[in-house]
Amino acid sequence: MIEINNLTKRYGDFLAVDDISFNVEKGKILGFLGPNGAGKTTTMRIITGFMPPSEGNVTISGYDVLDEPLLTKNKIGYLPETPPLYLDMTVSEYLNFAGLLKQVPNQKINAAVDNACSKVDINDVKNKVIKALSKGYKQRVGLAQAIIHDPEVLILDEPTIGLDPIQIREVRDLIKSLAGNHTIVLSTHILPEVDMTCDEVVIIKKGKIIAQDTPKNLSKKMNKSSLEEIFIDLISESGLEKK
Amino acid sequence: MKNIITIFNREFRSYFSSPIAYIVIGLFLVLTGVFFYLLTSSFLQYSANLQWQAARMRQAVPPMNVNQMIIRPLFSNISVITLFVVPMITMRTFSDEKKSGTLELLLTSPVTTTQIVLGKFFASFSLYVIMALLTWVYPMVIIIFGNPDVPPIGVAYIGIIGMGAASIGIGLWISSMTENQIISAMGTFVILLFLWLVGWFSNFTSGAFSDFFKYLSIIEHFNDFSKGIFDTGHLMYYISLSGMTLFLAHQSIESLRWRS
Repeated sequence: MIEINNLTKRYGDFLAVDDISFNVEKGKILGFLGPNGAGKTTTMRIITGFMPPSEGNVTISGYDVLDEPLLTKNKIGYLPETPPLYLDMTVSEYLNFAGLLKQVPNQKINAAVDNACSKVDINDVKNKVIKALSKGYKQRVGLAQAIIHDPEVLILDEPTIGLDPIQIREVRDLIKSLAGNHTIVLSTHILPEVDMTCDEVVIIKKGKIIAQDTPKNLSKKMNKSSLEEIFIDLISESGLEKK
Repeated sequence: MKNIITIFNREFRSYFSSPIAYIVIGLFLVLTGVFFYLLTSSFLQYSANLQWQAARMRQAVPPMNVNQMIIRPLFSNISVITLFVVPMITMRTFSDEKKSGTLELLLTSPVTTTQIVLGKFFASFSLYVIMALLTWVYPMVIIIFGNPDVPPIGVAYIGIIGMGAASIGIGLWISSMTENQIISAMGTFVILLFLWLVGWFSNFTSGAFSDFFKYLSIIEHFNDFSKGIFDTGHLMYYISLSGMTLFLAHQSIESLRWRS
């Protein structure tokens, strides 16, 4: 579904993403892990077509994101790190706009907005101005925006950031329920989350992939009980050398 | 086309869901109203003087031209006031989206940069046209109480609208380059002021330079419109300036994708 081949991104002399390759199969959830500044957001921005890679390419169900930008963008739902919200709009106005922007036909837009609102459970604030919402609600409105056109691929950049534990659990369940029909790439710092939701994990550090497997296999391979230990081990310098 | 309308709708509504539209339109009407009042009063004073003199000399009152004495200076003043107002209309168009991150939504949606730029342009331009046409009250007062030549008024409005399109193009372009609204507004204002003042340089130069500076001046092209002279050459200047600045705005948004 998503194929990433030898992706490299340079900002001047700085190498943000260094020759990354991985595939995500249809209906799977891929967890994208790494410390801050490892190149997660950059990689996601390249997948969504927000910025082009310096080298390498990304294809979404066979279409290159640079050659067919309109086609691939239509297949992707994207929640950036800070949800892209127009604060002076109401939730339903905003989702209406986002839906039309994502080519939901006029006749179906109301149904799409209702559907997305129910999925992320924001029906009670539908007519509120976004400015007045709490961080958790804002995050969920951002998520609703990403799924409004029922995209084949979901790219979620830290979807649970700023949420309380109950909301985190809800979003996690939501993401799980979306898998199957949707192919999902999500980045996060919260490791138990990956353990519980993801089918596969990619850990990157300084722009390079340092581990890639299912959570279970990783723990087996590294002889560690939790993903957290594996992560800390890999991210610290010694872990990298060992590998 | 549908995408342009989608972007236009959001953009246009956002002017009215924030105080911007009301402040800009209110400010503009107060300023133009003051000028209209001053021009009309001095016209009345002047005509009273003339009548008094004519009566004393036992002569007929010489004819006075309302178009030349009120309408033309009124439109010149309106054109100058737009230079101050346009930066307020365009300052947030791209800057705000860049700062709040909503540009990421637009640029990762299946719409082209051209559609984004055009949607925004038409939204700002529509607000401008509404604002400019609200001044119809002033010439209307003169039409009711005097007998001006009406067609030149229409020509002057074409000039005001053409000049607005070009100014808004400049504003969008500057806004696309910064995420700071103040810098966006100041930058636009400085460029508009430059395009206004550059006409003066033609007085101090000669030959080709003089013609060049004169051609560059955004106000110089408006002079004929305010006199009621419709010249497609001047309209072409405004249209090509709008086209060029919108192209630059497009390029600056595209380059964002490559640099950041």
